[in-house]
Parts: sequence; structure tokens; C-alpha cells
Amino acid sequence: MKPIYLDHAATTPVLPEVLTTMRPYFSLHYGNPSEPHQWGQQARAAVDEAREKVAQFLGAKPQEIIFTSGATEAINLAHKGLIEAIRETQDVKRKNFTPHIVTSSVEHKAVLETCRHLEKMGWASVTYLPVDQDGLVNIKDIKKSVRPETVLVSIMYVNNEVGTIQPIREIGETISQINKLRMASPRGSARGDNGELKIYFHTDATQAIQYLDCQVAKLGVDLFSLSGHKFYAPKGVGVLYFKKGMPIVRQQDGGEQEYRLRAGTENVPYIVGLGKAIELVQQNKEHSANLRPELRSREFIEKLREKLINGVLKIPGVGLVGQPKKNAPHIATFLVDGVEGEAMLLLLSEKGIAASSGSACTSGLLEPSHVLTAMGYRPEQAHGSLRFSLGQGTNDEEINCVIKVLPEIIQRLRKMAPKL
Amino acid sequence: MNFSQIYSKKVLEHIRHPRNMGEIKNPDGVATVGNLVCGDIMRLYIKIEKKDGKDYIKDAKFQTLGCGAAISTSSIITTMVKGKPLNEAEKITNQAIVEALGGLPPTKIHCSLLAADALKKAIENYRQSHKK
Repeated sequence: MKPIYLDHAATTPVLPEVLTTMRPYFSLHYGNPSEPHQWGQQARAAVDEAREKVAQFLGAKPQEIIFTSGATEAINLAHKGLIEAIRETQDVKRKNFTPHIVTSSVEHKAVLETCRHLEKMGWASVTYLPVDQDGLVNIKDIKKSVRPETVLVSIMYVNNEVGTIQPIREIGETISQINKLRMASPRGSARGDNGELKIYFHTDATQAIQYLDCQVAKLGVDLFSLSGHKFYAPKGVGVLYFKKGMPIVRQQDGGEQEYRLRAGTENVPYIVGLGKAIELVQQNKEHSANLRPELRSREFIEKLREKLINGVLKIPGVGLVGQPKKNAPHIATFLVDGVEGEAMLLLLSEKGIAASSGSACTSGLLEPSHVLTAMGYRPEQAHGSLRFSLGQGTNDEEINCVIKVLPEIIQRLRKMAPKL
Repeated sequence: MNFSQIYSKKVLEHIRHPRNMGEIKNPDGVATVGNLVCGDIMRLYIKIEKKDGKDYIKDAKFQTLGCGAAISTSSIITTMVKGKPLNEAEKITNQAIVEALGGLPPTKIHCSLLAADALKKAIENYRQSHKK
């Protein structure tokens, strides 16, 4: 039987046309973009072109695009780079100033662990906002948690485990209103010196690129992170968008690359690949009405997911997490009563099906998913979680196959379990 | 999705074909270990037979809610104790379980502790209920 890959939220394959575009930059156009000779300049032109494509996709300027090794690095740079820059300027004026970050409890580990690092070092204090049953943050909570020292709000665009779309635009507007008040308040007002500190807004958009609006101005974000391998570019390349003029200090020191914000010779072939992949996403978004149905990614995937959801929910004792209709179209997460997630993955893999789970046994940490527990699910529910994430290669037969084998697997495991 | 990178052949074999799965009606000893919060829960049943004044484990069965490692450790422990004198069976350590399975990944060693614990407690349960 042909294997069935339903873990596209974890990673996607590199598209053939992406690979074709990358290929000459390994052994043919292998120059170092920092060199003035023709080899170097050829590579420079390719990197510039990719940067242009990313900038266009985000509605940004090329000078606002930094290539990184992935979203994790982009996120580290955004958070640490901003906090360091602010501490540098504020330390001079005032002692005992600790910048404050507002984030959510359902962020990816890249954000959570970066925030914890900043807390541990005493460089920032952090508020981790709760979410509701559907995984949404409440804008009122953001407003309430903002303090005079708040300099960064970091909220993910789409949750990777359950697909919840956060109201980024509304949050952006809220922050912009607060900023207007702050900027208007004269020196020596209730906030004293803080009057001039702006709140910057970061979103981790790793799971959003293919299906949602990523125009940074519309979203009202100052920092925007993404990773190539979630949209058919290779692993090991990502992007940080940062609004021109905002304070940021590089975290990787060395040469002058990436506007002196990320030292190290550019990963030319991968950057080229990311540029091509993001161009393909943009074409898909723009022309989806004229495309064959299987290429209209959003509609196509939503339809397949609906079929999957309807089929899986027929199994007794299986529930859906969140509200898929309001969520990103490629993720469906279920909670299966009386079964442990890893055991399901194992038996699914025996049938050639790849999925994912937030169970403790799959994390290596022996803790159930922090996302599901933040959404109010009990650990024993989280242990039985099962995530399917669809992609371009997903088709009807694959969904039929999952719907057919999953009930048997669940039944088999439930039969094994003790009655409590 | 290659669980054979994570688990040994023996572990996978026990997950595919668990031995002695199910319940013993009127067991001589039974124990339930682990808890739902941690994700693994294991129940072990034993049936005892006396031969020449000595206690033997005549039958052993398990029921487990848990990951692949939990299923395989509970399956293999039933095969390790069946037919063994009680005083030998109770000496089975978690290392012995791990060895019998051809190893377990480091993060899964706690599952073998669970199986060894279930056996110990099932034997205790038998001794307590059969004290004169």
C-alpha cells in the first residue's frame, strides 16, 4: 500500500520546481554573495531576487527581510534582538528597568523557551496569556496585561497543534491604539520616561503562509517569522521580517551579511528555494479561481478535511479540538477517549499512515501537550490526541483509507485497556 | 514514520501481537499501576498453582492503556512469569524486562519500571489475600 503522509504541519516535501530552481546554486553558481567577482555577484543576484519575492509576498521592503536558518532562529532574533536593543537604550537612562513581553501559553516552544530564557537572565519579564476552549487569546486580556514597560506582544498566527487562527489584525489594531496614546502622552506624564516606549508586535506565522493573509501592514505587525519547510521549501531556511527602523540587535555576530543583522555566509541554494516556494504560494493565492481544483489549496484541503472530520467523528468516544471551520484549513486534531496517542501513531504507521500526537509519550518530555492543557483539556485527554495535517499531495483515497483503518485501530487499543 | 528506528524488533513484535492480553476472572493476585495523568495505566492479573508445596504462576494476563513501550513491557512480563515459581518471578527486575525486549529508548525506561511494579504489587496482593 502507498504510504499516506498526513503530517504536513510538521513538514512538507520540497516541490520538484523548487528543487529545480535550487539545483544550479550548489555546484554551478556557487559563489559567495559577499564577493565582487562574477561568481559572487551571480549568487548575490539570486539572493536579492528571493528577498524581493519574500518582500512582495509580505507587502514589505526587501531591506526588511532577513534570511535565517528557520523560524526558530527568526523568533530568537526577534525577541532577544528587540529586548537587547531596548535594554541598551533604556539602561542608559534608568536603572532597574525590565522590559515586559506579553505572549500566549499556546505558542510554539521557539517562542516560549526564548521568553523563558529572557526571564531567566533577568532581561525581561513575561506574561503568558491564557486561551479559551478553542485556543483563542482574548484581546481584553492583552489590553489588561500591557504595562508601561511592555515593549513586545508576541502572538502566533496559526497554532501548529490545533490550527486556531489568532485575531492578529485586531491585536495589531489594539497595539497601534495603545501606541498612539503612548506616543501622544508628553514626557513627564503619568508614565514618566516610558512615554516614548513603543510596543512592538511579533507574530510567528509558521503555519499561516499557505492559507492566510500575510500582508504585514494589514496585520499591523512589526516582526513576522516564517519557516520554508512548511510550504514546500527545504528545511534549514526561514525569514524574519522586521519593520524598518525598529530597534533590533543581531544575535549572531560576525560578518556584514543580512543588513548586519545575521552574520554568516548566506545559504544561497536554500534561500533561492524559499523564494521560489513563496512565489508559488503567492500565485496560488492570486489565481486560485483559475486553477484546477486540486491546486486550489485552501478550498481543496478544506473539503478533504471535512470529509476526514465527518468520518473520524463517527467513531464513538472521539471528539474534535477547537472549531475547524474557523481554523486553518490543513489541521484536524481529535481527542480519542481511552487510547494513548503514541500507540495510535504506531498502529497507524503499520498501515503506512503518518500523523502526530500531543501525547506525553511522543514528546520525549513525558508531559502532555502544553497547547491542549492550556485549552483546558485534562492531561488524560491530551494523551489521546491525534493530529492529521493535510497538504498538496493529500487525496480522497487517502482520507478514505484513514477513515477505514482508524476505527479498527482504536477498537484494538481500547480492547487492550483495563476498565477503570 | 519508522517506529523501527525507535523500538527494537522485539518491542514492535509484542505491540503487533500482544501476548496474554485480557482479564483473568477470579485472579489470585491483581494490581493496577500508573495513572491516567501520566498517560500509562497497567493492570496485571496472576493465577497461582501449588505444586509440591511451592507457589507457581500458572497464568498471567495484562490490560494496558499506554504507549507502545507500555504495551510491550506488559506483554513480555506475562511471558516471563508464566510457569515460574513465585519466588523466582518476584526477582524479575525492570532491567531484565528491558533486556528481554532487546532494549528500550531512554525516555521509555519508566514503562519497564511500571511493568516490574505491577508484577511486584500483584504478587503482594496474592500474598495478602492468601495469608492465613
